Amino acid sequence: MIFTFRTTADAIAMEKFCIAQNIAGRLIPTPREITAGCGLAWRMTDEEYERQRERLTIFKYETVTALVL
Amino acid sequence: MIYFDNAATTIKKPPHVGDAMVQALSVGNSGRGAHGPSLAAARIIYDTREKLARLFGAENPCRIAFTSNATEAINIAVNGLLTADSHVITTACEHNSVLRPLYRKEKEGMALTILPADQKGAISYEQLRHSFRKNTKAVMIQHASNLTGNVMDLSYISSLAHKNRALLIVDAAQSAGCLPIDTEEQGIDILCFTGHKAMMGPQGTGGIYVKQGIEIESFCVGGSGVFSFSKNHPPDLPTALEAGTLNVHGIAGLNAAAEYLLHKGVAVIGQYERELAELFLEQIREIDRIRLFGDYSAKERTAVVSLNVGSEDSARIADLLWDEYQICVRAGAHCAPLLHQTFGTAEQGIVRFSFSWYNTKDEVLAAADALKELALSL
Repeated sequence: MIFTFRTTADAIAMEKFCIAQNIAGRLIPTPREITAGCGLAWRMTDEEYERQRERLTIFKYETVTALVL
Repeated sequence: MIYFDNAATTIKKPPHVGDAMVQALSVGNSGRGAHGPSLAAARIIYDTREKLARLFGAENPCRIAFTSNATEAINIAVNGLLTADSHVITTACEHNSVLRPLYRKEKEGMALTILPADQKGAISYEQLRHSFRKNTKAVMIQHASNLTGNVMDLSYISSLAHKNRALLIVDAAQSAGCLPIDTEEQGIDILCFTGHKAMMGPQGTGGIYVKQGIEIESFCVGGSGVFSFSKNHPPDLPTALEAGTLNVHGIAGLNAAAEYLLHKGVAVIGQYERELAELFLEQIREIDRIRLFGDYSAKERTAVVSLNVGSEDSARIADLLWDEYQICVRAGAHCAPLLHQTFGTAEQGIVRFSFSWYNTKDEVLAAADALKELALSL
């Protein structure tokens, strides 16, 4: 599971949120298959995504897009 | 040496400011990679946004963009929001950082009302109330005067502005760090601040807060690390106003300064500074031929005491204070030409003492004694 952003600030906000919520994953350079705004993307395993789905909805930045690769 | 030119810049900073800057010399370029050093830079910058948002009562840290000083922030606001068909209200108390960008817009056709100041350097709120027009786009005003230390009632001004569908754009160069600022509570739409004065951060730092829903395009576009194949600079804040590599070394210092302000409390810091100013005022008030500038009866002020000794050139007083007593003050025009014209001090200038959190009462007493001695000898 990949999350993309429109600004670097949103990517860092996502990282901070996930660390605070104990959600596993990390920032990576946005893979070339994705036409995204920000050079940074948040990657997490599909299993972790399923486990944390509800918590992730708390993250309030509007510019986040979740994509399945 | 005794340093009382803190309204120009503070030279004593909280202990961790320098350390944070040195440590940041080894981080990478924010938003330009996903490797450790680049992410380290991005994290410092985001963390600083969060701290500034807490300081200024902003809900979303991404509504704060970094600039190199308040002047750049003001220029972004003026050029990004004010059009030739709009009308803007400002005051005679403003610094050239506000006046000159507005004069330039005036040349392009924008209508400008400059509210006069009285002999205490105060404006008439009644006059402000009657100055709105149908096309008034903004009231652009300082929070505190760099020359008199007078403070504007931002909550009242924003209520007037919003009633007339105008924005409140605030120059907080002299207040950020020593007067509590709450953009929500005070109804501030745009806040322009600098990091190196009362915030006690490094020079070359500052920023602009833009209220949710207000779109500003910067005059400066370029590298953003995002949407690289678009011909247009990205419209999303904060990237929209941050073209090019950010000053992460300075921002790391500002981060440490903001941490210190949050820890000590801006109200506590401002109160101490005002106590120093009041002590100084008590000591020098009775000096023969002293003329004070500003409203010293006001409840809310910054820690500035501006004065002249008879008709002596302010530059001479400042030079004698430095040469004979190693006391640093500011003489001259303070980039506030209209207020000097109001006071009739365009030629003489004014001697400004401005106090900081790191000054002591002993320093204040020593400076008062020096001024008394000087005044007697001239």
